[in-house]
Amino acid sequence: MVDHAQQLADHVWQRHNPKQRLIRFAVLLATAMLVFWAVRDIDIFWPWVWDAPNQITGLGARMWPPSGEGLNNIIGALIETVHIATLATFLTIFLALPVAYIAAQNTTPNRACLWLGRFILVASRSVNTIIWALLFVAIFGPGVLAGILAIIFRSIGFIGKLMGEAIEEIDRRPVEAMEATGASKAKVIAYAVVPQVMPAFFAIVILRWDINIRESTVLGLVGAGGIGVILQGSIDTFAWQTVATILIAIIVLVLIGEAVTSLLRSKVL
Amino acid sequence: MTPPDAQSSTPRTWKKPPFIANPLLRYGLIIVGVVYLVWAFGSLPFNWARIAEGLPRAGRIFGGGFPPNLERYELLITGFKESFQIAIMATLVGVLLSIPFAVMAARNIAPMPIYIIGRAVIIISRSFHPVIVAILFVAAVGFGPLAGILTLILYSIGFVGKLLAEEIEEIDWGQVEAMKAAGAGYGAILFYAVFPQILPRQVGLSMYQLDSNLRASAVVGIVGAGGIGSTLMNAFGRYDYDFAFAILLVIIAVILLSEGISGWVRKKIW
Amino acid sequence: MLEITNLVKRYGHDEAVLKELDLKVEGNSVVAIVGASGAGKSTMLRCINRLVEPTSGSIKLNGHELLRLRGAQLRRARRKIGMVFQGFNLLDRLTVMENVLAGRLGYVNLYQAISRRYPQADIERAFVLMERVGIAHYANKRADELSGGERQRVGVVRALMQEPDVLLADEPTASLDPRTSEQIMVLLQSLASELSLPVLINIHNVAQAKTYTERIVGLRHGKMIFDGLPADFNKDALDAIYGGIDAPDDAITDTPAEEHAHDAS
Repeated sequence: MVDHAQQLADHVWQRHNPKQRLIRFAVLLATAMLVFWAVRDIDIFWPWVWDAPNQITGLGARMWPPSGEGLNNIIGALIETVHIATLATFLTIFLALPVAYIAAQNTTPNRACLWLGRFILVASRSVNTIIWALLFVAIFGPGVLAGILAIIFRSIGFIGKLMGEAIEEIDRRPVEAMEATGASKAKVIAYAVVPQVMPAFFAIVILRWDINIRESTVLGLVGAGGIGVILQGSIDTFAWQTVATILIAIIVLVLIGEAVTSLLRSKVL
Repeated sequence: MTPPDAQSSTPRTWKKPPFIANPLLRYGLIIVGVVYLVWAFGSLPFNWARIAEGLPRAGRIFGGGFPPNLERYELLITGFKESFQIAIMATLVGVLLSIPFAVMAARNIAPMPIYIIGRAVIIISRSFHPVIVAILFVAAVGFGPLAGILTLILYSIGFVGKLLAEEIEEIDWGQVEAMKAAGAGYGAILFYAVFPQILPRQVGLSMYQLDSNLRASAVVGIVGAGGIGSTLMNAFGRYDYDFAFAILLVIIAVILLSEGISGWVRKKIW
Repeated sequence: MLEITNLVKRYGHDEAVLKELDLKVEGNSVVAIVGASGAGKSTMLRCINRLVEPTSGSIKLNGHELLRLRGAQLRRARRKIGMVFQGFNLLDRLTVMENVLAGRLGYVNLYQAISRRYPQADIERAFVLMERVGIAHYANKRADELSGGERQRVGVVRALMQEPDVLLADEPTASLDPRTSEQIMVLLQSLASELSLPVLINIHNVAQAKTYTERIVGLRHGKMIFDGLPADFNKDALDAIYGGIDAPDDAITDTPAEEHAHDAS
């Protein structure tokens, strides 16, 4: 009985907070109107929507059974995909660390460098990998180089931002102690900063490698190498059974990537 | 026995203990790393002749791209409007659908066969990059925003469903037992003991998902699934670089804005 | 010889933390600096090696003015000033030996520092000092695996590796249990006479200050209000320093028994 009364009292209290109630109502109304507008205004031919389940099951039926033809090709393309992701992650490290260094408030040499670093990070992060790929395909032509560059340019922002945050979160006291010994800035960083951010560094690079494996599966759709190239080719030639095989291969690749990632994490960290 | 001061007169050495204690493993890993890099670089098909043309082409593209040209802003607005609509509808449907899949994929409340199905759906929708899903939906239901919406629904189910399932697995089990003791059925337990515990998280996740759906909607358009991505792709395809760069800049601005708003709202809710 | 004259430190436009402080430390004396938290003890010590930038005044070490030094000159001066910290400030993820050798960072070049190829003399000195304080067998252990007292010993050895002309200790025992903190105080006291090194110790434990040091300096609100022998540091001086301020409990309760008897009589 007491509990019930308490609950009721809580309830009543909430109802008697008019401002909160008004905000809730306004948010709900705005959301409803937004959805209504989206449904009414969007450029969709509705009969197609009702037909979509049929179309999708139809496509699924055409994919069955997956074809074993060209499996060697697919495996070759998978390896290429892994190479793109791995090389790009590896190369990113050398570019992202200096950016993280100048974008962290406690290590940046001056304000101009700080803003330059932040600008690079934001620019890199706001452009999606596939848009970077589009740009690099236009410049260097279709191929793996465009793919590697696209992954690098997107990963700089990711690794740089997280490493910058790791640098900002270090314990300041060892830094102070190293300064007190008369060590120069480079030595202070080598002794007091680097060891502290090492674990974060490994975790971040491993995480990004996992993401890059996924990202590099789509590079080929804009011509930037990897498994996506033969996926696009098979879709263009309506070879749906091969498409099914490629999709399965991608799932296997991603799952292997995840397994390797968690193995590395448990070994290194 | 050595006299006590003999010890300090013999020079002692010290070396930093290596990161990996076993020398065989240490050098083995280094060799494997180097061999891998050589193999990977060697086996990738670089078309050097084409790459050599890159710099002049880059000059042409950036030369054509600056200054960015906003003359055809109507196309830009139409594209963004469509992206917003795709993101809103996909978030709404995706977040709603993620609830049943999350329940299915939570080990503590789903029976084994159902759990496997739920997990499989989530794993599959997380394994595929939205762009791959988009290209399949485009093939199935044709070009346009419908394919984009379907793609992002699946994307939302994968992401929100996974986090929500983890949330359900960590709920306070005492409340469920209390409901069971009161003789409640499965449905009643879900609605009174499980959902109230995960609801606050769900609201935050929806905001987050709206933000990431907006980002993704700019990308799935590149393979024809509607929205600003399609506008960008068209501009690029027509070598209309000044318009393409204008679109790119606006995309960056909108993404930053949306990230800011989404972060602000989530902070308010917490 | 360390000579501080007219030292002023002010943060922004607030009231000065240190107000025209004068202090002279000669020979191998161990000086305790006591005062409530916020009295300016820590700031004063950090002004000496310029971890905190003084507003005005003069600090001379063996006749050399420290306050106008910049860049490499400042670093060269800092090598001669060892510092021991309250939180030990060790490089937790590195080995004890690396922590100790870090005291030589002001002397070795960057390549030697990064590759850990220190001169043989430094390694020799490190072993001698580590044996002196009883941590030599931990050389290749990670610093964060040690107990508090052992960690502070590493901190002391690191400071001594600098071959300092003066040793600063900022609350070196505040993070340790009473027994271990006594040991560290004994260590600092005996090292001072062995190496004929002046030692300045910030400490809020008045009993320890009286037992292990030769001179006590009392600070209150950035002003020196006591400077004399431990024997002269009586109840009045204690009240003058801590009066009206919540003194740390152990400043009073940790007083050894005979001191209690003395006070009561």
